[in-house]
Amino acid sequence: MTASDTIAATDLKGDLFAYALRLADDAAILGQRLGEWCGHAPTLEEDIGLANIALDHIGQARALYTHAAEIEGKGRNEDQLCFLRKEREFGNCLLVEQPNGDFAQTILRQLFFSAFMLPFWRKLMASQDATLAAIAAKAEKEATYHVRHSAEWTIRLGDGTVESHARAQEAVDILWPYTGELFEADDLVSRLVAAGIAVDPESLREEWRATLRQVFDEATLTLPPEGWFQTGGRSGLHSEGFGHLLTEMQYMQRAYPGMRW
Amino acid sequence: MGARLVDLDAENACRRAFQVAAEVPDPEVPVLTIGDLGVLRDVRMGLDGTLEVDITPTYTGCPAMAVFTMDIETALAAAGFDRVRINTVLSPAWTTDWLSAEAREKLRAYGIAPPAGKASRRALFGDDDVACPRCASLDTEKVSEFGSTACKALWRCRACAEPFDYFKCH
Repeated sequence: MTASDTIAATDLKGDLFAYALRLADDAAILGQRLGEWCGHAPTLEEDIGLANIALDHIGQARALYTHAAEIEGKGRNEDQLCFLRKEREFGNCLLVEQPNGDFAQTILRQLFFSAFMLPFWRKLMASQDATLAAIAAKAEKEATYHVRHSAEWTIRLGDGTVESHARAQEAVDILWPYTGELFEADDLVSRLVAAGIAVDPESLREEWRATLRQVFDEATLTLPPEGWFQTGGRSGLHSEGFGHLLTEMQYMQRAYPGMRW
Repeated sequence: MGARLVDLDAENACRRAFQVAAEVPDPEVPVLTIGDLGVLRDVRMGLDGTLEVDITPTYTGCPAMAVFTMDIETALAAAGFDRVRINTVLSPAWTTDWLSAEAREKLRAYGIAPPAGKASRRALFGDDDVACPRCASLDTEKVSEFGSTACKALWRCRACAEPFDYFKCH
């Protein structure tokens, strides 16, 4: 807390608020998407598994929103930040908001994201912001399981039947253009990296690619070439489905403002 | 001397409150208390006479935390502590390494395989050797990484054919 207090007093306060909010949005939106599987997954074990991963992400989001709210210091709380902001105010990356598609698409979305987040959290554990570092220390353990779960399924699907292989490769090709955004660093991130608060995403690229190569080799899947990447999520420009997601996610707070469990 | 007496009273009260709170059982794994789990971190007397209780979440999204908070308040109220504030502390991050040998034995006796090995030992693939809590065989296999709660995985014993919960390394 002391480090946060010091930082909050400097001109980086606005940056830190936005950064914590982006991380919170990533976690909340992916948690919401995964939650859509609840009661619909292909097997009971996977139904429970995806709901558990969703719960991890929602837990991370709660801690990050609460931290963001404290940095902002305007009396907003986690619920208001998650449920009462509009589409353009969300800074999550486009990858996490992509529709669930079939099971392969959900699994590949998770693998692309978690293989990035695992080394991300590990580095964030050394953040000058003590609260971010503490959240990272917990999230890192959870991400380990998310990578393993999605990697095992990617291999099973890719190296499975003709149909499962084709669907897994299709999922890769659909989602690949959304992975470039994970490595974007705008001025805000650069300032926080210089202050030892944020993680430079570029520094994670090699580990991310190494994880994917290992999994894809075993899964007999092909990693697409670098090429063109979609962008916009960090600055509030989202895909069409995002509004629909928010409509469902925010319904309770919109209909009954200030409601609590 | 007066001040010293007050300090001693506060110290005794905190110690008693810690013991009371430590006995609160985990709502999902009732053979373990929050003392066994290491969820209860600290109990101290605040300047305004409010008892400050620090707990740490096992998993960030663990729904049991809300129940823990309520149960701690109830247990402390029954013991005469009616002004209680429960704080969630995130650092240091909870780990299964904090489970005592006694706690691990309680889990095994309850039918849940305790975490095998250290939380720091991780690989992308491959699992720890998990012994069946019923027949102790190591001929076991993972059914699913995620079980009935965030902290458990589903396993099966090939020797006695029983399915069982495994408390994951974390």
